[in-house]
Amino acid sequence: MNGLATRLASRLSKTSRFPAFPVLGLAGTSFKHEHLSAILTDEPNGGFFEVHAENYMGAGGPPHDALTRIRRDYPVSLHGVCMSIGGPRPLDKAHLGRFKALVERYEPALVSEHLAWSTHDSTYYNDLLPLPYTPATASRVADHIEEVQGAIGRPILLENPSTYVLFPESTMSETDFIRTLVRRTGCGLLLDVNNVFVSATNHGYSALSYLADFPLEHVGEIHLAGHAEQEDDEGDLLLIDSHDGPVADAVWKLFDIVTGRCGPLPTLIEWDSNIPDWPVLKAEAGAAQAILDRHASQMLEKAHAAG
Amino acid sequence: MPRDELESGGLGRRFDYAAAFTAGLLDPDRAPPDAVSGPSGKAAVRRYAVYRNNVTVSLIDALAANFPATLRITGPDFFRAMARFHIRETPPSSPLLFEYGRDFPDFIERYEHAQSMPWLADVARMEKAWLDAYHAADAEPLASGALASIQPERLADTVFEPHPATRAIRSRHPVATIFAANRSDGPVGRIEANGPEDALVTRPGLEVFVRHLPPGGACFLDRLMAGEPLGAAAAAAFAEIAEFDLSANIAGLLQAGAFMAAHQGG
Repeated sequence: MNGLATRLASRLSKTSRFPAFPVLGLAGTSFKHEHLSAILTDEPNGGFFEVHAENYMGAGGPPHDALTRIRRDYPVSLHGVCMSIGGPRPLDKAHLGRFKALVERYEPALVSEHLAWSTHDSTYYNDLLPLPYTPATASRVADHIEEVQGAIGRPILLENPSTYVLFPESTMSETDFIRTLVRRTGCGLLLDVNNVFVSATNHGYSALSYLADFPLEHVGEIHLAGHAEQEDDEGDLLLIDSHDGPVADAVWKLFDIVTGRCGPLPTLIEWDSNIPDWPVLKAEAGAAQAILDRHASQMLEKAHAAG
Repeated sequence: MPRDELESGGLGRRFDYAAAFTAGLLDPDRAPPDAVSGPSGKAAVRRYAVYRNNVTVSLIDALAANFPATLRITGPDFFRAMARFHIRETPPSSPLLFEYGRDFPDFIERYEHAQSMPWLADVARMEKAWLDAYHAADAEPLASGALASIQPERLADTVFEPHPATRAIRSRHPVATIFAANRSDGPVGRIEANGPEDALVTRPGLEVFVRHLPPGGACFLDRLMAGEPLGAAAAAAFAEIAEFDLSANIAGLLQAGAFMAAHQGG
């Protein structure tokens, strides 16, 4: 075999490690290790699973075994939580290398990260922290997105954050900021509808007007999750993006509206604490799938009527 | 000069938001940073406290997940208070939280309120070893019968390559017994053991195993893991414990899957 043929063969064998399941129009859930045996003994649910990349950055052991078994039967979304794309410091090259290795190993249908940061001065804070929106920070974040995309050889989906504070130094709206990043880097977007609702409530704007300004044509995945209620210093409602319960009615409604505009996109139920038994999580994904399917058939009818 | 500083036209103004934002994240007595506010001039004390709470609670939860027996022994209130002190003193330096807590056992050893449980730090060391074994690289262990092919006169020169998951734990306390009692689902009865215990932690397949090591076994295993040949490791173990049982120790380690390979030392 000549060199080119060898390279082609190795590329082909690489792409055939797992089936290339389509993910468009499917509802999925976070994959939790404690659900593994319930999922494997359940009948195939036709959805997809999303994993936090960092949980699979150990050398070996049960996490990789579980993800391999899940990936054989389902499309997987690789969701990075701590790349610190929104931070001012250079990206952690070792972390980027680990992320790239996971993309190559598991051939995920979707790859995403956050518009946020979590590491500063070598301390990892384990939270998605906010940033000011200015042309200077946009340029920096765009550099980081390009670096990630260059490393993994494919575009990522960037997730809009939930926030509790604002930076008076910001000169751009969040939607303008995100639009700038998309234009500069060619990245796609992960629209977290719960985050939209949480931030809109916390900062006193309308979720619908945020969505009207959001570049929906670049959205490749939707997130839905539960939130908790607290109060701010003035006694007004402050929503916390807690991922610890069912999706709120208002968020379902927004999801319905977004799906009407974007069509049925891969949609994930995130549930990361007070994790319920698998049938409860599966039912929540089923509710999202019903909305996706309703819009899919309505669109099909419209297309028929037009044809 | 780094590109950031050139681009921002000065001393890296863009560095400010992260430095300002993190200054009070682990310190509940600090006011929120001036750089943030609520909307329309609203205050940001409780708003900033959401981040501070997320950071501290999630890191305590991470330690609780990594040290379940320690948590079970101390109870949640004691554990969470102790973990909070540790987080402020030694926050994580890596986003891989399953590695967080490497310094937690040493912290427990010094922690004022844990002095009445002198064995607690060793239980935490055992839990850290367990977690390291859980995430270690997968490898096929050396088969139990592997030594049969080595000529008896060459055995003393044999060097063993430890399995990536293998750890030896030495303790002045009955650490393996306490660990086992507090990692199972059942109720923890009165623990009668009180002597020192050494243990082997490894993972030949998908399941992590913890085994008691017989007297001298930890010394023997430590030496072998450090790359000393069998003869020298056995001599060290005999020097420590006169009744060291060499063949039982070798057989036990091989059966547990503690090694990956054996070859002739040079």
